[in-house]
Amino acid sequence: MATHEIAAQESHAHAAPQGFIRKWVFSLDHKVIGLQYYFLALAAVFVGMFLSLLMRIHLIWPTAVLPLVGDIKPETYLTLVTMHGTIMVFFVLTTAPQGGFGNYFLPIQIGAPDMAFPVLNMLSFWTTFLGFVVMIAAFFVAGGAPLHGWTGYAPLSALQSAGPGEGLGADLWIISIAIFCIGALMGALNFITTTLDMRAKGMTMMRMPLTVWAWFVTAILGLLAFGVLLSAGILLLMDRNLGTSFFVPLVTVNGQLTGHKGGSPLLWQHLFWFFGHPEVYIAILPAMGMCSQLLSVFSRKPIFGYKAMVYAIMGIGFLGFMVWGHHMFMSGMSPYTAFAFSIMTMAIGVPSAIKTFNWLGTLMRGRIRFASPMLFAIGFVSLFVSGGISGPFLAQPVLDIQLHDTYFVPAHFHLIMGVASIFGIFAATYYWFPKMFGRMMNESMARWHFWFSFIGTYAIFMPMHYLGMAGMPRRYSQMTEVSYLLHLIPLQKFITYAAFVTIAGQLIFVVNLFWSMFKGKKASDNPWEATTLEWTTATPPPHDNFGGHTPVVHNGPYEYSVPGAPRDYVMQSDPEIKAAH
Amino acid sequence: MASFSTTATVDDPRISLGDDGILPPVRGGGGDDGSSPGLPDYATRLRRARLGLLVALTPVLMLFVSFSSAYVVRQGLPTLDPRTNTLVRDWIPVTLPKLLLINTGVLILSSVFMELARRQIKGQATRVPPTSAPGVSAGDQTRIPWLTMTLVLGLAFLFGQWTAWRQLAANGFYVATTPSSSFVYLLTGTHAIHLMGGVLALFVAGIASLLRRSVATRSIVVDVTAWYWHFMAGLWIYILCLLEFAS
Repeated sequence: MATHEIAAQESHAHAAPQGFIRKWVFSLDHKVIGLQYYFLALAAVFVGMFLSLLMRIHLIWPTAVLPLVGDIKPETYLTLVTMHGTIMVFFVLTTAPQGGFGNYFLPIQIGAPDMAFPVLNMLSFWTTFLGFVVMIAAFFVAGGAPLHGWTGYAPLSALQSAGPGEGLGADLWIISIAIFCIGALMGALNFITTTLDMRAKGMTMMRMPLTVWAWFVTAILGLLAFGVLLSAGILLLMDRNLGTSFFVPLVTVNGQLTGHKGGSPLLWQHLFWFFGHPEVYIAILPAMGMCSQLLSVFSRKPIFGYKAMVYAIMGIGFLGFMVWGHHMFMSGMSPYTAFAFSIMTMAIGVPSAIKTFNWLGTLMRGRIRFASPMLFAIGFVSLFVSGGISGPFLAQPVLDIQLHDTYFVPAHFHLIMGVASIFGIFAATYYWFPKMFGRMMNESMARWHFWFSFIGTYAIFMPMHYLGMAGMPRRYSQMTEVSYLLHLIPLQKFITYAAFVTIAGQLIFVVNLFWSMFKGKKASDNPWEATTLEWTTATPPPHDNFGGHTPVVHNGPYEYSVPGAPRDYVMQSDPEIKAAH
Repeated sequence: MASFSTTATVDDPRISLGDDGILPPVRGGGGDDGSSPGLPDYATRLRRARLGLLVALTPVLMLFVSFSSAYVVRQGLPTLDPRTNTLVRDWIPVTLPKLLLINTGVLILSSVFMELARRQIKGQATRVPPTSAPGVSAGDQTRIPWLTMTLVLGLAFLFGQWTAWRQLAANGFYVATTPSSSFVYLLTGTHAIHLMGGVLALFVAGIASLLRRSVATRSIVVDVTAWYWHFMAGLWIYILCLLEFAS
């Protein structure tokens, strides 16, 4: 047996499994678990997208009877809103960038053979999977899925008699989210411990790729936020099933007293948004990290202001916990409190702007390679700016009260949190696909996919800003017969048609993904000529990631176009480069 | 701007760098130089397990911080009395059963025993080479069965909590009777569920002992369980103070 094989067995806590079940189902390998998360998110995104398609159809043809679905009643529309938001936020935007790519690449990028606690990692995925199954089950129980929105505002969410779907369906919704929280916490535990304790020799914190920083800070956010959501979920379940009154005041339903009294719906809002706002950054920070990485790789330049980027990630994470009240300006809070939340919210613009300018600084005078991952990374920056610029508007209590319940808000958060994050996922997919599957994705299809997605998402969400400013309320199912909104219906139709085209464009991605897995051109170990450790190992990486060796790191993660170097990139494990005098 | 100062030609960094590039497995705790080759040693495994526990305790802490916050907020809320149409307070303080004090003593004593168990097995682990094979005895390990005594006291605490809930119910305080009773059941119940996790870990440590796993492995399980147990004891004292003095 070769020396390196012995070393590989010693360095990896668990041997490579042989059977299908242990290798691909109940796997302890972080790479397989990463793929499991990725494909779970892929399944979830199609469910979520299908629901949004039904919403868009209903908005312009409210009386249409659809095959399999039938007619969509107003309460059904609210169910679609609820489940679309929940599935997308939890099982796509939280799952794919962190659980998927984070699991796969964090250990490799820091030179570790696996996560710190592989069994916990496996449990984390299967817990999340169970959460998804329970969430989907809500569609099929008596009364159907809940209609209280992804924010689950009480007392609507706290009373079983509040409406269709608020019975067992709502219980399943809460239980699903509680299960998801537990899975996410197990994942966060692994991310933090692995990052702090398993970095290879020479991989100091300030040599970590920005992807690792983003996953690490995201894990900390999850650690602090999901516990609070879990507590809120427990209290809500008690209100619903044990007769307690944490969130429910004295209230009647259909003229009957419910038996609750003294609870506070605002308490739910505080607890929920203490989780909810950091959740925005849980969704977007990994995308920021991944796109920072890609902008440097494809500009052939070091990332502009590495340390500033690290501190900006931390700053965004910290401030993310200070601003939950800006979601509650409508609650009648004290103007002084609202002012404080408003100032803190606008303060997040500072680290966000640092990141944006640094991205532009990275692009400036770069030798840009417009490969498909780069297109999506630039698209991410564009969407982040376009979606972010409306943030300071909504941070003003006076403006927010006007705009809060209009289409302006969905336009804002879909661009910055939803689509920008999705573009980060696409960018990462095109970038890391060769490493994960050993083949290249088809570049032509990738470019078609990009232009469909980029133009399509702008066509969908930019007009929504105008709808909002014109006073079109969100969450309402039938507005085709409201006289003061009639002139906006053509715009709604345009958005729906744009959604058709954009969703059709996603089929290109799916075809490319699965076709390339089997038929794509064989990839080399480092097709993008990148510097980080995942590109030093075989493609796809072996079970212990580095084939019996552990890398030693000598350089930072973004050493491109180094003067005097034999090629235009210096890998992290290459001999140390010296600072020029 | 950095410059490249070495003359080495690097075509395949995985195989050509000798002692400057890729080395045999090195685990160093993250970017430091204090590493050792091969399987993580006892100290590394212990440090990693403790770090994992520390991280794991954070959301537990956040859970109870969140409950405490809700407790304080809910306590101050008035409610409308539909008969008189006036705002009244529905917070009726619960008189906690005296049994909870005895339970507190039991839990603190169990925490002391747990600490003694931790020190006992840690002493054994540091005397035995960390590479000792599973099944190799590290000497007289069961002279004083601190772990078993901890387990018994832990179960006694849980039984005591169950009895206290029955006393509360006998006095007319059910989960939904008043918001204060809701919180009593919520806080003590959530704590009990978490303590069951500690009891489970003690069972695991016992099974590891029966299976004659290496002393190092058992030591790590016991060490982490001990810190968790101490945290649960401290958390219980906090909960008791909250319920007793903040109502």
